[in-house]
Amino acid sequence: MTGDVTDLKLYQVGTFAAGNRLVDLELRSVQAHADRANSITSGHRACQGCGEALGARYVLDAAMRAAGGDMVVANATGCLEVFSTPYPESSWQVAWLHSLFGNAPAVASGMAAGLRALGRETRVVGQGGDGGTVDIGFGCLSGMFERNDDVLYVCYDNQGYMNTGVQRSGATPPAARTANTGTAGPEPGNVFGQGKSAPLIAMAHEIPYVATATVADLRDLERKVTKAMSMRGARYLHVLVPCPLGWAAGPSDTIKLARLAAQSGIFPVFEAEHGEVTAVTPIRRQVPVEEYLRLQGRFAHLFGKRARPDLVARIQAGADRNIARFGLIDADTETQTSTEPGTGSD
Amino acid sequence: MFEQLEGSKAVAKAVARCRPRVIAAYPISPQTHIVEALSDFVRDGELTGCEYLMVESEFGAMSACIGASGVGARTYTATASQGLLFMTEALFNASGLGLPIVMTVANRAIGAPINIWNDHSDSMSQRDSGWVQLFAASNQEAVDLHVQAFVLAERLSLPVMVCMDGFVLTHAVEDVDLPEQDQVDAFLPPFVPRQRLDPRDPITIGSMVGPEAFTEVRYLMHDQQLAALDELPRIAADFQAAFGRDSGGLVHPYRTEDADVVVVALGSVLGGVNEVVDALREEGVAAGSLGISCYRPWPADAVREAIGSARTVVVVERAFAPGVGGVVSQDVRLALRPLAAPGPAVYDVVAGLGGRPVTRTALRRLLDDVVAGRLDPHGLHFLDLDHDLLERAGTPWRGTS
Repeated sequence: MTGDVTDLKLYQVGTFAAGNRLVDLELRSVQAHADRANSITSGHRACQGCGEALGARYVLDAAMRAAGGDMVVANATGCLEVFSTPYPESSWQVAWLHSLFGNAPAVASGMAAGLRALGRETRVVGQGGDGGTVDIGFGCLSGMFERNDDVLYVCYDNQGYMNTGVQRSGATPPAARTANTGTAGPEPGNVFGQGKSAPLIAMAHEIPYVATATVADLRDLERKVTKAMSMRGARYLHVLVPCPLGWAAGPSDTIKLARLAAQSGIFPVFEAEHGEVTAVTPIRRQVPVEEYLRLQGRFAHLFGKRARPDLVARIQAGADRNIARFGLIDADTETQTSTEPGTGSD
Repeated sequence: MFEQLEGSKAVAKAVARCRPRVIAAYPISPQTHIVEALSDFVRDGELTGCEYLMVESEFGAMSACIGASGVGARTYTATASQGLLFMTEALFNASGLGLPIVMTVANRAIGAPINIWNDHSDSMSQRDSGWVQLFAASNQEAVDLHVQAFVLAERLSLPVMVCMDGFVLTHAVEDVDLPEQDQVDAFLPPFVPRQRLDPRDPITIGSMVGPEAFTEVRYLMHDQQLAALDELPRIAADFQAAFGRDSGGLVHPYRTEDADVVVVALGSVLGGVNEVVDALREEGVAAGSLGISCYRPWPADAVREAIGSARTVVVVERAFAPGVGGVVSQDVRLALRPLAAPGPAVYDVVAGLGGRPVTRTALRRLLDDVVAGRLDPHGLHFLDLDHDLLERAGTPWRGTS
């Protein structure tokens, strides 16, 4: 696809701010444009280093650009809603409605139906955290998928109920310490369950577009939002957004953690259309999961005095399964990796 | 034009003529015939410009209504019983956000034990949800109330529930005078939302409000509810002028002017009650009835005025609060509070739960007992209670207290 931003080789990581300045205006990121929507603007009360605030900013500005500014947003209850709208203030510069914790996908469906009935072209984005999406709002989300309602739904996954004080959600990884999965006992932290991959379940609905992304690759995130907005019907974007508070990690490590999650295989980054995987972001430099886990206090009990290498090995096995399942490392990728400059400048 | 119609079909036709833009519904007996008919109307073109969303739950239905109403579309749904309870969180949200959604509740009991038949436990459980609650005494009134409900909802930016007895009304076929499309268009102006999500003028709806303003926001809701008490009689008067029928309003007093005994009730039971009132009058007993058409907001002044100088009030309730007693009777007592002591005796009578018929014979026996002083005015009474069944269950009736 000539001219597509995917052709652009950007060797900077993080915000790509430096890389942006080197390319033509048209190829720069949405955030680099002076006329960006600033959908969620400054002054909100997110924690330092909040991955969700960063992700939401990039997602909504890219969506607003794609929609020509004609867009409304349905937001689930959660951190994003609480830190952005302490009455009488609001950080939202988009038309935005918060209803409940478990109903953002249905509210978005209703908006889309209402706008269609009124003959408007206005686009609809629904968004929420992992609790609101993969747990309490899951029925509504599945209904929205099944009906193929014209909604882009974005899950900002910080892997727990951070707003209520860091409790376990259906997206919390195994062995992670949360406020209700303590580190005492023979199975410290969250259980090793069967997992609950919302993107894979979304794909099972055979909706037009499903993608995962992280805040480590914001250019990729913008591209996926833009692509999703070019399509109609139910679309699902699952964005990994590290939470310094809930993960007990340094606020300056948010981007690094998101990158390590992808590069270890713990969080596969891919796209799917109508139920089939169409693209994966290859792991250029595979890292052991330990490198990712050690930066986070929620996994501290796996190391140190009562180290649990057995549990680390199980987490590694999960990452390896992802790598094999999605083909995150293949012969082509390894060739590519060896011929390209490194991307690991933190 | 008069048509022989099932209550559900009549209501569906009336709703269609109100031109909703979005209908989001989930099936539950005895509401199904209403939403099935509306689905047909959308498909066959009888109702145009309307999106019909077949959602995955009642919670999803009310949530979709919130979204649709939020972007400025006239929005309708219908439910009953467990479905209404499954909506509860969204009901409070819709009223808190001031979204003028109209919903039919085909009144049905709540389990356990599961029971699909009629009583008022469902809507009574949402008494404090901030929704206006109108009760239809007949299918004609159910039809008329829906037209009035949209006017009220949109004028005050409040959600309105139109309650009609499940099966008893929804499945009864009778003559109904359906408002014509041009009449409805003249009576119900196009929806101009008080606020809506507009990308050209973006607003934030659903902020988090802390202790510094929460009470005030809730007070404003209360004030808005009270405004409905002024608005409803006006709408009913306008409706009568336009359609020639006395439907809606706050209360329907029947032969209460000089009544000693007034029976208070909601919904379809009023037909039987009025027949018993007529029979008693013929025998020289000064009886009357008071139908509550608007249950929320509570029309305390209208209730007190209609009861007048009656010495005995019998509240026939199709729901009750276990461990306490009547629900409506508490509101009636509240309405009578300003009267000089001693006010009238107020009897709590639970009747017709889970579809048990409230027969004229039973009502007559009840009123005979009341008039003869055979019932304790301080007790809770259950009409047609099967004492043998209670004995067999090992819990004999405690008596009236």
